[in-house]
This record gives sequence, C-alpha cells and structure tokens, in this order.
Amino acid sequence: MNADDLLQCAVYLAVFLACVKPLGAYMAEIYEGRVPRSARLLSPLERGLYRLCGVDPVEEMSWQGYAAAKLLFNAAGLFALYALQRLQHRLPLNPMKMAAVSPDSSFNTAISFATNTNWQGYGGETTMSYLTQMLGLTVQNFVSAAGGMAVMAALIRGFVRRQSATIGNFWADMIRGVVYILLPLSAVLAVLLVSQGVVQTLRPYAAASMIEIAKDSRGQPPAEQTIALGPAASQIAIKQLGTNGGGFFNANSAHPFENPTPLSNFLEMESLVLIAAALCFTFGKMAGDVRQGWALLAAMTIIFIPLLWLGVASEQGGNPAFAALGVDQRAAPEQAGGNMEGKETRFGIASSAIWAAATTAASNGSVNAMHDSFTPLGGLVPMALIELSEVVYGGVGSGLYGMILYAVVAVFLAGLMVGRTPEYLGKKIESFEMKMASIGILVSPACALLGTAVAAACAAGRAGVSNPGPHGFSEILYAFSSCANNNGSAFAGLSADTPFYNALLGLAMFFGRYWIALPVLAMAGSLARKKSVPESAGTLPTHTPLFVFFLVGIVVMVGALTFFPALALGPIAEHLMMAGRGS
Amino acid sequence: MSRPARARPLLDPAIIFPAAAEAFRKLDPRYQLKNPVMFVVETGSVITTALWLQAVLGRGEMRSGFILAVSLWLWFTVIFANFAEAVAEGRGKAQAATLRQARKETPAKLLAQGRRGEAPVAVPASRLRKGDVVLVEAGDIIPMDGTVIEGVASVNEAAITGESAPVIRESGGDRSSVTGGTTVLSDWIVVRVAVNPGETFLDRMIDMVEGAKRQKTPNEIALSILLAGMTIIFLLATATLLPFSLYSVSRAGHGSPVTVTALIALLVCLIPTTIGGLLAAIGIAGMDRMIQANVIAMSGRAVEAAGDVDVLLLDKTGTITLGNRQAVSLLAAEGVSLESLADAAQLSSLSDETPEGRSIVVLAKERYGLRQRNVHELGARFVPFTAQTRMSGVDLRDGRQIRKGAADAVEAYVKGQGGIFPAEVRAAVERISKEGGTPLAVADRGQVLGVVYLKDIVKGGIRERFAELRRMGIKTVMITGDNPMTAAAIAAEAGVDDFLAEATPEAKLSLIRETQKEGRLVAMAGDGTNDAPALAQADVAVAMNQGTQAAKEAGNMVDLDSNPTKLIEIVEIGKQLLITRGALTTFSVANDVSKYFAIIPAAFATTYPALKALNIMRLATPESAILSAVIFNALIILFLLPLALHGVKYRAVPASRLLRDHVLIYGLGGVLAPFAGIKLIDMILVGLHRA
Repeated sequence: MNADDLLQCAVYLAVFLACVKPLGAYMAEIYEGRVPRSARLLSPLERGLYRLCGVDPVEEMSWQGYAAAKLLFNAAGLFALYALQRLQHRLPLNPMKMAAVSPDSSFNTAISFATNTNWQGYGGETTMSYLTQMLGLTVQNFVSAAGGMAVMAALIRGFVRRQSATIGNFWADMIRGVVYILLPLSAVLAVLLVSQGVVQTLRPYAAASMIEIAKDSRGQPPAEQTIALGPAASQIAIKQLGTNGGGFFNANSAHPFENPTPLSNFLEMESLVLIAAALCFTFGKMAGDVRQGWALLAAMTIIFIPLLWLGVASEQGGNPAFAALGVDQRAAPEQAGGNMEGKETRFGIASSAIWAAATTAASNGSVNAMHDSFTPLGGLVPMALIELSEVVYGGVGSGLYGMILYAVVAVFLAGLMVGRTPEYLGKKIESFEMKMASIGILVSPACALLGTAVAAACAAGRAGVSNPGPHGFSEILYAFSSCANNNGSAFAGLSADTPFYNALLGLAMFFGRYWIALPVLAMAGSLARKKSVPESAGTLPTHTPLFVFFLVGIVVMVGALTFFPALALGPIAEHLMMAGRGS
Repeated sequence: MSRPARARPLLDPAIIFPAAAEAFRKLDPRYQLKNPVMFVVETGSVITTALWLQAVLGRGEMRSGFILAVSLWLWFTVIFANFAEAVAEGRGKAQAATLRQARKETPAKLLAQGRRGEAPVAVPASRLRKGDVVLVEAGDIIPMDGTVIEGVASVNEAAITGESAPVIRESGGDRSSVTGGTTVLSDWIVVRVAVNPGETFLDRMIDMVEGAKRQKTPNEIALSILLAGMTIIFLLATATLLPFSLYSVSRAGHGSPVTVTALIALLVCLIPTTIGGLLAAIGIAGMDRMIQANVIAMSGRAVEAAGDVDVLLLDKTGTITLGNRQAVSLLAAEGVSLESLADAAQLSSLSDETPEGRSIVVLAKERYGLRQRNVHELGARFVPFTAQTRMSGVDLRDGRQIRKGAADAVEAYVKGQGGIFPAEVRAAVERISKEGGTPLAVADRGQVLGVVYLKDIVKGGIRERFAELRRMGIKTVMITGDNPMTAAAIAAEAGVDDFLAEATPEAKLSLIRETQKEGRLVAMAGDGTNDAPALAQADVAVAMNQGTQAAKEAGNMVDLDSNPTKLIEIVEIGKQLLITRGALTTFSVANDVSKYFAIIPAAFATTYPALKALNIMRLATPESAILSAVIFNALIILFLLPLALHGVKYRAVPASRLLRDHVLIYGLGGVLAPFAGIKLIDMILVGLHRA
C-alpha cells in the first residue's frame, strides 16, 4: 500500500462519513412524516401518489399488515418484471428487436431485482429492451431500495413506540422513501454522470467502422462494430444509490459508458455506501439518542477499514508468482504496479480495490473490475464482506436492520454478563426477539452454504465452473454468498446463466431477502408492544466503545466461524498455495 | 433443615457418587432431546461408535483406535454434561430429603364443627382439606399450613427456618400463620387449614429444591434459542464441508475427502457444548444459592426477575432502622431540673414494657444514675396507654400524676388541669420532629416537665449498602408511617434515594403501580396482611416467614429468617445467575477460534497440504490435533462446573465496568485459554503414545 492508495482510501472514507449526519438527519425527518422546507417542492408528487394509489398515509398498520403489504407489493413487482421480460419482443421501445428472455433467466432476474440483489445472469445490452430496462429494472431499483428502507423505518418505530400495536404505514414509507430520498439524489447524480459522458438516450445502438482489423469468433473480419447505447445514466444513478448494483451493460461499471472517468468513478463509489451509512444516523436520531446511531456506524467502519486495507494492500502487493519470475510489480510514475489483471487502467489499483470492498460491504454488487482476477486475499475481502451478512453498511435499510439483529444478540450476551435481562434502547430482549434475531442471522449463511454444497455436489453445478482447484470452488461459494446476502456481485468465471444456477440462485436471493425482512418486522411488532425501561446505572450502555467492540466481535465471530472452513478450501488454500509457490 | 446447605462442600461424596450414576441414566435420548446442543453430541457419539464398529470390521474410514478414542470422548462430553446437572440436582435433593423428614405422616385432631369445645376426631394429616379446623396442643406437630383462629402458643419452627428459638403464634394480627411440620411447644391453638395436601409450603419448598417442577425461566428460554440457532449454523457449516471436500478432492486430483469422524469431532467442538452442558446446572445452582440464603423462591422466574430490579421498597422499621425508637436525651422545661424530669420519666416508664419505655429507664439509669425503684413503696398505680388518651403514666401515693405521650395529647391534658404548655417546650418538640426524632412530652398534673427525645436508630452499615445499590443502578425508597418531616430526616441519615411518608397500604400499592408504569421492576418485602396487595403487585415480593398466610401467598419468595434487609442479597443472587450464564456462553463461543486452528488443517491437509500453515499450535499429527480438541472440549465442562455451581462473583460496580471485566476474562480469555489447553493435551497424547 503506497501513499497514493492511502490517500484515496482516506478521501473515500472522509467524504461519505461527512455526509452521514446531514443526510441521516434529513431522512429521519422524512420517516417521521415531517417534510423539510427544502423538499416541499416534491410534496405534490407525494400527495398525488397517495391519491393515485388510494393510500391514507396516517393509517397505521400492525406488523403483520405491514409485512403483508410489503410482500404483496414485491410479488406484484416480481410478476410485472417477469411478464415484461417474457413479452418484451411485442412491446414498444425495443429498437434492437430483442427477443423474449428465457423463462429461467426471467425468473432469476425478476427475483434478483425485486430483492435488491441485482445479480445478473444476463448481459444487459444483448438481452433487455429499453422498455424492460426502464420500466422493469429501473423501477425495481427504486422500489426494492425504498422497501428495505421502509422495513428499517418500521423497526426503528418498534424501538421508539411504547405499548403500541402498530409500526407505521408501509405505503407511506415506500412512497416517501422514493419521492423524497431516492428520486432527488438520483436525479442529481444522473446529471453529474451525464456530464462525465455516461449515455442517456433512446436511440438505437450506434455503428462504427473498425480502425484496427480484428477477427470475430468465426475468423471473419467484422464489417462494422456495434456500440450499445441506451438510457443508462438514469438507471446507473439509482443502481449505485439504492445499493442495487445491476449494470445497464454487462460489464457494469467497468464499461466506459457506465463509468467513463475517474470523477464518475469517484461519484459512483461514494454513492455506493452513502445512504446505507447515513441511515445509521437516521436510526439514532429517530430513536432519540444519536449516540446509538454513531455506535453502529463505528462498528461497521471498524470492520470495514481493515478489510479495505487488506484488499488494497493485496492488490497493490501483486502476484508472488510473478515476483519469483523477477517481474517488477512496484508502483512507479509509468505503471500502477501490483495486480492489474482485470482492472481498468483509468481507475488503477486503489480505485478498483476500494470499489470491490465498498460494493460488497454495501450489498451493492456493481463492479468496476474483475473480482475473479484479484489475488486470493484481494478476492477474499469482497467474499468476507458479503459473508458477514451484509451488515457493514449493507443494503439501504437492510444493512442496518441486519446489523441491529446482531446488536440484539450482542446486547443479549453483554446484558447477561452485567446481570440484567438484556435491554436495547429501553426494550427488553426476550425469547421472541432472540428467536427472530436467530432466524434472521441464520438464513443467509444457511442459503449460501446449502446452495454451494448442492452446486459442488451435482454435475449441473460443477459444469459452470471455469477454474480448477480452490479458485473454482471460490467461484461457486462467491455466487451463492452473493445471492443469499442480496449483494449481486459476481466472482465471474462461473457460467451462471443456466437453468440450474438461475433457479438455485433465484431461491437463495428470495429466502435471503424475505426471511430476514419478515423476522425483522415481527421483531418490530413485538418491540413496539413493550414498555420502555428507563436507563439506570445498572443498564448496559450500548453506545460506548466497549460495546462497539463487543458487537464487532460478535459479527466477526459469527461470520468467521460459519464460513472459515469453506473459505479454507477456497481463497485461503489458494493464497497459501500461491504464497508457497512464490517463495 | 438446620442449615446444612451452608456448610455443604462442593465435592461431597454423598452427592458425587449418585450423580455419577445419574449421569449414565440421563443418556436416554428421550431425556437428551430437551437440550438440543447435547442431543447433537449424543447423536455424534452414536454415529462415531457405528463408524468404529465398521472400522473394526475392516472397512473403516480411519484407524479404528482413533475413531474409538474420538467416540469415547464424545460420550464423555455427554456424560460430563449429565454429571454437571446431576450434581446440581443432587445438592437440591439432599436438602429435600432433610425437609421430607418434617413431612412424615402426622396425626391431626379434626374439629368437625370447627369449635374448640367439641371432641376432636383423629385423622391423618393427608386427609385434611382446605377449610378444615384442627386443634393443635403442646407437643403436637402442626399438620398443615393454616391460620390460627383461636388461642396462642409457642411454636418451634426449626424444621422450616433452621432457627431453634420458639416463636409466638396467636389468632388475629400479623402472627396468625402457622406452617405444617412445625411443632407446638406450649399451650394450644385452633387452626383453620389454608391449603390442600400437596400444596403446603413444605411441599412447595421440596419441589423447588428438588427441581422436580423446574421449568425453564424466560431468560433461559431465550438463551436456549440462541444456542439452538448456533448449533444449526455449525451443523450447516460442518455438514456442507463433506460435499465441499469431495469437490476439492476431485478438482485437486489428490488427497482423500474429509472423514465423517473428523466432521463430527469438528461439529461437537464448535457447538456451544460448554454452556449447553452447564445451563441446567447454573439454573439449579441459582435456586440452591437462594435456599442457602434461607430464601425460598416460588419460581425460577422470580429469582431471575430479582436481578432486574430497579426500585427497592423498604419498610423503615426493622429494615432501615432498628425495630424501635430509643430515648437519647432529655430536654427540661424552664424551671425544671433535668434530674426531676429524669425521675418523672423513669417513674412513668417503669411498667411500660414497650422498647421505647425500656429505653427511657435505661437512659435514666445511665445518664442520671437513677436505679430501679420499688413500685410498691411508692404506692404506684400505672395508667396504661390507650388509643383515646394516647398517653401512659403513673399515679403516686404522694399525689403526683405523671403522664407521658405525644405533645398534643399532653398539651390537652395539661390544659385540662389548668396549666399551660410552655413555648420553649413547644420549640423543642418541633426541633426534635424536624431532626427525625419523636418527642415525648412529660407532665405532672398541670405542669409540663420537659420532653424525652426518642430517636430512630439507623442500622449500622445500611448507608453503605444503599450506596452499593445505587452503584448497581437500583433506587431505594423508604416506606414509613411517619410524617414527612421525620421521614425526610431519617431518609437523609440512612442515605435512601426517596421516601414515602404517612404510607397507607393504598399509597404503597399506587406507588408500586406508578413505578411499574414507568417500566421499572419493583421489589419489596412485607409481612402483614395489609402488605398483601402490594406484595401481589410487586415484581419481586419477599414475604417474611413470620408473617401472615396472606402475605406469604401474595409474595413470590419467602425469607425464612424474616430479615427484610435480605432483599439486597436476593438481588445479587439474581444478577449472579444471569452473569454466570452470559459469561459461560461467551466463553463457549470464544473457544471455537482455537478449535478451527486445530481441526481444519488436520482435516484438509491431505487435499491442500498448504493448509498446514494454519496449524499455528504445531500440534503433532492430524489425529492428535483432532483428539486434543475433542478432549479439551469435554474436560472444560468438568473444569467449569465449580464456577457454574458457585456462580460468577457479583460486584457492585456500574454495568460498563462489569461488562469490560467479563469481556476480558471470558471473551478474550475464552479465545486464548484453549490454545494453551489443546497444545498441552496434544503434548500429553504424544508423550503417552511414545511411552
């Protein structure tokens, strides 16, 4: 890690952390139903949507009602997206005459976008019509993100309310999240991205004459090159901000029309974690004790920084096998040094490794470099961040509620150790909360491990693997970890657009999303019904550095203990073998 | 039960040997199903035993001797956990046996018409039902719990309380309750039976200490859920290793897949067996500690709630102050010598048997050298205290009529005799009240002689206990019938946080309700029938054993020593119970780190030899590595059994400091200790192998 890498990491952290307080405070106002003066401009849109949908925003819902509304809404979105893909050849806005998407791929993509995973088994520019991209994928980008934030808002209300049967109104939370938070931020980002050269057009793909003579797959020189275009900027903005990560083009943010310049790269990278991090402050603010929010943010950042360092340092360190051959891998004015395989020269080592860490920390899953080409430890970092259940910033809303599940477990253990029935934010943590927290924490590792086991055991699963040895195993493990935790990034290398992977990964995404969201809502309902215990000297403080470290310990222990054996057969074995060869 | 529990050593052979036998009986899978963690271990033991048999028959996946060793140690793990539970239960059972001796079949004298006069019918106590009336005479054992409805008797309650000094039981008032199994020493009483057979206090005590009706407490259930969740995670993490390993071997093209024996060993090492094996023992030991403190909790839930108490309501008299006020000084009126005041005060108190009256006699003797006098020579006629006059006193042959009592009563008396109540005496009265004392005016016919200063004596050391409670985050509230001025002065002297003056049963009840509405948990102690509503409302309610049946039924704990100060000890025992659970869970999970470093390289090094680098403990062979981890995992249960039984020591320090210390000891210690332990066992195994 050189001075340049260090500077980039520091600037990266400083910028989004600086945004946490203002953005977090703004979001708290929105979810408490107070629209700040600066956002009044959008109020007619909010009211219009209420009228259009027949929603009474002050009508309160029980947790069951809230959950039912969320599931119903997601199911509708899922079917609509499936239908749109299957019927796109008969619908307008299809200048490139894309055919209907296959049933298994449509199924996978519909779940993927509705669950905010945005795993892509397809290639955007060769599969989807503009209508599918705009009306299907972009819309889901917005609403799946707003859905996660809504669940988070409901959970916060569970902590705040006393002896209440209700936890808010799903439709109001959903609409407010889109109208006041995601829409304005995306609009600003989209314009900035267009200024950097990200395309935004409904025109058909462009054709260009070849300058260099190349040969196509049949050995014939191609007559001309097709350059894919489309309404990309509007989708990319929300893809980054809503921790979605599904690229407009197959190459995702490595594509020059999605991410053309270092500045666009920086903006996209910051927007990856922006909302997820800021929600910590929203949590503290709404809970009436901002220290609680800072504590969770601190816990996330304490896990993030060492992994960020490991990722950047591993990539900058280069490949020990090359070192043995006497290849110069040092950074110098004329070369980036380190492991540049699979990275864009316009981004370099640090921006690629930071992106990899951030996109997996934040459950985003967009990529600007090939994770498959990272060094074993460099590749371990994104995998580890995913396997920590996406609670280090995590998806918008989902990351924080996932972290709160861990906090509940940490509070339980720590509470016992100080000799009291554990309380978090004044609410007693009892067996129902433990049951819900256990389910919520259990689901994604279970999906990831079982999915990997099935794929590794059967021929259809093994067929997709393109690399031998531990690296091939890492590809499968990464794919299932990514889907079960709703990240959506890929190690690539794995040929996943097969009925087998489409179906299995689709199920992993489905369970990984809803079987966490439902226990969280159930917990919110149970917490809302409880009395609030006032604080005393005997109460376990949950904002102190001590508790933060204890929480970090629990998150890391659960993640490490669950995945260490699997990782030992993947990246760890690969690293040790490579290190062994290098020396 | 002459408090044998206090002295019982940890490794009492009378408990250890039956417990060892019980540990094998508990291997019954139907029993193990109750504890998912240990059930998984037992299943693993069965599977490895089968694998061993397979190996003996020649088609084994590993050396048969090694599989046998792993299998045996897995069985030991289950047996050690059973043993831990059996030892804890055994301690309870030993106490129950002592109690049962008091429950032997006693004959009862049933009064069919419920009247004293009729001829009693002899029936066995087991035939008595609630509402029956029995006669108990000197030498009889009281057949059932009940209320005295007629008569007065001295009763030896040693069978219940361990206290051999007899107590008085009489009809009416707060001393009317009697307990089955205790013995009437003198006189007779007529008792109305208050419970049906099997529901007596003694029965409940036996059930409690024996753990026969032990139900999991709410917090224990929550912890069990967490432990079950962890077990599932580790089950998945290890079960999926088999396909992972098969895949890796097929791709690497060399090595052999991980063996089922190694996977089961890994699984058992990872799931929280330490806490899973000790959880029941911790709960039973917590109850046991209550009993050793001579407190009978009616449910485990109550013991647990004790740790959560936020507010402690304490009666002033008997808890904060010594039961009675004492005379500390005399203040004479103008023109009256202190000696003549002392003389009058002493004379008026000679026949006053109240503690206050006696303390006046003592004061007169010690401060003014006045000795006991012959009351017959003085021709004294004593005037007893009545609720109407609110005065007591003495009329002497020489014409003196000395009265002492509350200032306003004496004022009315003096004025009735044509005298006046001097201003300086009134000032003294007010000053004493303000200081928290009780003024007692003394007069002779129309002349006020002065005031006796009676003072509440705050118990020694109580102030420090309250400071300790404050550090624990518990607020103390003093309950007293005194006026607010007196109450405030005593509250300040004792160092309580708040007080409720001029308390009525209704005021007490509403104070508890108010406090609970704020989300706080309230603990209180009480003995009288008028305490019953408040006891029923409080979250932790300790009834005094000498109290009424109503109070005992309303409370969820009974203090056999009838010592209200024990509330503090009860809170500590509750906290200790939770702390022990939390500490051992943390320790158990933290242990897993080292086990990975022992087993993963051992299990997979044939596929990827590079993984040997993870063998940071430098364990000798893959076999010794796996076996060492399994042995450590089994032995740690026995090693921590004393801690589970005694409980982690509780110190009254703020929660943040407690957490820091426990995280360091059980968290960090839990990570580090097994590295040393496993390495040590590995070295011993290697040594044995060579020898």
